[in-house]
Amino acid sequence: MSSITTRDAPRGFSMQEYLTCLTGIVWREGLRFLHQRERFVSALVRPLVWLFIFAAGFRQVLGISIIPPYETYILYEVYIAPGLMAMIQLFNGMQSSLSMVYDREMGNMRTLLVSPLPRGFLLFCKLLAGTAVSLLQVYAFLLIAWFWDITPPSSGYLTVLPALILSGLMLGSLGMLISSGIKQLENFAGVMNFVIFPMFFASSALYPLWRVQEGSPYLYYLCEANPFTHAVELIRFALYGQINWISLAVVAACTIVFMIGAIWAYDPSRGLARRGPAGGEG
Amino acid sequence: MTSPAPIPDPREAPRPDPAAVPALSIDGVSHAYGPRRALIDVSFNVQPASFTALLGLNGAGKSTLFSLITRLFGIQSGRVGIFGHDISKSPGEALRLLGVVFQPRTLDLDLSLTQNLLYHAALHGISRREAAARSAELLGRIGLTERAGSKVRDLSGGQMRRLEIARALLHRPRLLLLDEPTVGLDVKARADIISQVRQLVTEQGIGVLWATHLFDEIMPNDDLVVLHQGKVLAQGPMSRVVTATGAQDVNTAFMRLTGAQTMPGGGA
Repeated sequence: MSSITTRDAPRGFSMQEYLTCLTGIVWREGLRFLHQRERFVSALVRPLVWLFIFAAGFRQVLGISIIPPYETYILYEVYIAPGLMAMIQLFNGMQSSLSMVYDREMGNMRTLLVSPLPRGFLLFCKLLAGTAVSLLQVYAFLLIAWFWDITPPSSGYLTVLPALILSGLMLGSLGMLISSGIKQLENFAGVMNFVIFPMFFASSALYPLWRVQEGSPYLYYLCEANPFTHAVELIRFALYGQINWISLAVVAACTIVFMIGAIWAYDPSRGLARRGPAGGEG
Repeated sequence: MTSPAPIPDPREAPRPDPAAVPALSIDGVSHAYGPRRALIDVSFNVQPASFTALLGLNGAGKSTLFSLITRLFGIQSGRVGIFGHDISKSPGEALRLLGVVFQPRTLDLDLSLTQNLLYHAALHGISRREAAARSAELLGRIGLTERAGSKVRDLSGGQMRRLEIARALLHRPRLLLLDEPTVGLDVKARADIISQVRQLVTEQGIGVLWATHLFDEIMPNDDLVVLHQGKVLAQGPMSRVVTATGAQDVNTAFMRLTGAQTMPGGGA
């Protein structure tokens, strides 16, 4: 039967088709990002406020001892820079998830999901595209931070790239997983309160964990169990040309788990299917 | 259909060979949202080179059916086939042959017409060069060549719809689904879109499933499927459905079938 019905449609998809699809999705995400200048500005202003104001104020309060990967005493600004880079990616990951909820409401997600390519691949492309956008934001932040005397070794700008890609994928797939459970746009405020803030504050982004341990051992364990801590540490070490193996393992494992979860949740027979029709009309 | 669709005689609606594989086959499909049953044992076919109107009021189950055919929802029971490819078992092959125009607009408003088309082409794995050529050709066919570089946001409602139809045709599907595509358009834009789609049926042999609640969009030679509260009440050539109910026109026929008291918005 298929031989007569699909004479112009060979089975399966070639590598070239997969590649075209991937570049198309990344290209579109990039275009959309360029059109949303406010998003870029706010993505930059947020960490810069932390850097210029919060860090300057806390400089005298928090003493940082010499801990790896640092080899000398460092300013507090230097300490929190990797945490702020991860924060950019955290916000971007959640914002991409917001855009998926928005897309789904507006129907753009439908365009993506009726592509004949495997759905898992489409979602993976979407994740990569979101990560690429977060890389632009992080490097723009690093450029401005450089003028603020946050000057990691120049090779660090290169060695941090793989770490950023991995952490971007982890936070993006976490966002995607969450977005599959969000019915409406308004619930994003809940994501801020219950995901972004706890993840950011219960991590090593703002204070080294040995200080947390002095204050509260329980909070210390919570921070240690927080994947975001490991994203921060992975970035921190990579920025100084080192690898934090434990963080690498945790981030890699979380990426895989979140990604599989997200693809599972977007499976047509689950996730979306449990809800009513997206158009609001049955 | 073993050969490319024959050029049909315009005076006579193409009556498909019963042995041919239907463009779309819906076979005993039911769907429920929790306790609410949206579709109940729905079965019908759309033949290649035919125009099938899916007539139903808002809430009849049309959008649910579209979501199942496009694999947005998983099939709970029954089977959906596109040119013989089961949408659950081989979605890739099935979706490749399918073009869709959803009821809500699904264009990127801030991107240009061409960018929207190129994005869609990429989703189907069509190379950039080929995509650019097809986009230019399709934009020419819908008369929007001069607007190729402008933002979609600046188009009128009718132009957006024409662009969405062009986009749905970019990967050369052989089955086209349209979910109430003329809603919110003025008379001229409606007429343009209807004639554009009917042309696709006669000239390119595309099978069309056109969901609507507007009676005046259906012609006597069209295949008609009447969907009401999740059930198929009647199906067949429109003229036969009308005669079978003893009515003079599709409006009355629909009312007799559904027992509806009030006129649904018939075109206004």
